[in-house]
Amino acid sequence: MTIHCEIVTQERIVFQGEADLVTLPGEAGEIGILPHHSPLLTVLKYGIIKVRLAEAEKVFTVFGGVAEIQPDQITILADAAESLNEIDAHETEEAKHRAERALKKKDRLTEDVEMEMWEALRRSNVRLEAVHRFRQSRD
Amino acid sequence: MASSRNEMRFHIHSVGNIAQVTRALEAVSTSKARKATKLLKATRPYVERAWKVVLHLARQPDGASVHPLLEARRDPKQALAIVITSDRGLAGGYNMNVIRKVLKNFNDFPRPVSYVAVGKRGGEMLAHREKDLLAEYSKLIAPADLKQISSIGNLAIERFLDHSYDEVYLCYTEFIDRFVQRVVIRKLLPLEVVFGEKEIDSYNQTHPTRAIFAYEPEKNRVVDAIVPRYISLQVYAAVLSAEASEHTVRMLAMHSATKNAKELMNSLKMAYHKTRQKDITNEILDISSGAEMLQEGNPNR
Repeated sequence: MTIHCEIVTQERIVFQGEADLVTLPGEAGEIGILPHHSPLLTVLKYGIIKVRLAEAEKVFTVFGGVAEIQPDQITILADAAESLNEIDAHETEEAKHRAERALKKKDRLTEDVEMEMWEALRRSNVRLEAVHRFRQSRD
Repeated sequence: MASSRNEMRFHIHSVGNIAQVTRALEAVSTSKARKATKLLKATRPYVERAWKVVLHLARQPDGASVHPLLEARRDPKQALAIVITSDRGLAGGYNMNVIRKVLKNFNDFPRPVSYVAVGKRGGEMLAHREKDLLAEYSKLIAPADLKQISSIGNLAIERFLDHSYDEVYLCYTEFIDRFVQRVVIRKLLPLEVVFGEKEIDSYNQTHPTRAIFAYEPEKNRVVDAIVPRYISLQVYAAVLSAEASEHTVRMLAMHSATKNAKELMNSLKMAYHKTRQKDITNEILDISSGAEMLQEGNPNR
């Protein structure tokens, strides 16, 4: 018995497929979902989604959103999301440093830019965490 | 004569200019239509699923109390229609079709109707017919910007919540594919869930379970965060659909304009050549008959 899982953003469908176990970053903490879970609507924070089928595990980063859980399906409406394979570790490191450097001279930034930098920093941190925890050998 | 030929040449030239303009517009619309269609297709899965979530909330056994936006009102008094058209014309019957359907639907409506016009053309046509316009939006960012469009949705939501209006309709041109676009009028608020078979109203069909949701964090925070947002999202999707339709219709209109201009040019050219031939023939006739006369009139011969 599996559960149908979909991760959708406004730009595209990031993932669509069956799963035995899905782990989500709920606002109140990590939530593990098995097939026949009772209906649940939850807000997601920034973090990592794991989708397991048999022995294989797919990892995604998610940056806020909502998950709707029904006994036979999980619909994740992400504000932004991507698969671990799509993350470029070097680029992410650079983005992180850029954001950190910019934030050191905060008083020079407009409010919008500052928000943008915080956002970039938060995303970079989640991406790097995903890479360090789940990516083997590559990079 | 020479002067009428000059006139004809001028005419051919101006038709040629028109063909050039329409061809350029066609090319521009083609690329815009392609972009808009791509954006629409990319956004559609998200929009559809978001709408499903709202529907699932609405048909909870305690549906009425989940969120005021999902609550039907007894004895509705005022209706609001969001009408989506374009800022620019030259798009065949695109704008007129929307307005025609809107008027047909709301002219004999049991309740007074106010309008929110998105797009200058529709705004003008409604104002011309002395309809009550609550707001008019034009020169929106293209392609549609979620934040900007959400503010239109939020306006409708606010006015619904403060009881200025008891119903909100969304009127726009739905893009099905390159060949089919149709004007639809969809009830946005309050949400009415349709149970049962397909094709009654494909938007409002839902997943079969009716189990009660649990919420995380607490219910109000979740519901307040998503219901208004996902309803605004429907307005955004409608604008995307309308944009794709607009550019597609304009592309086709410009294509046939270019074709017509070319046909006209060909027939004008043909007429020009005929006149020119005739003029030349006449001139030769004049010369040769003059020469003949000279010959005949020459007694030395």
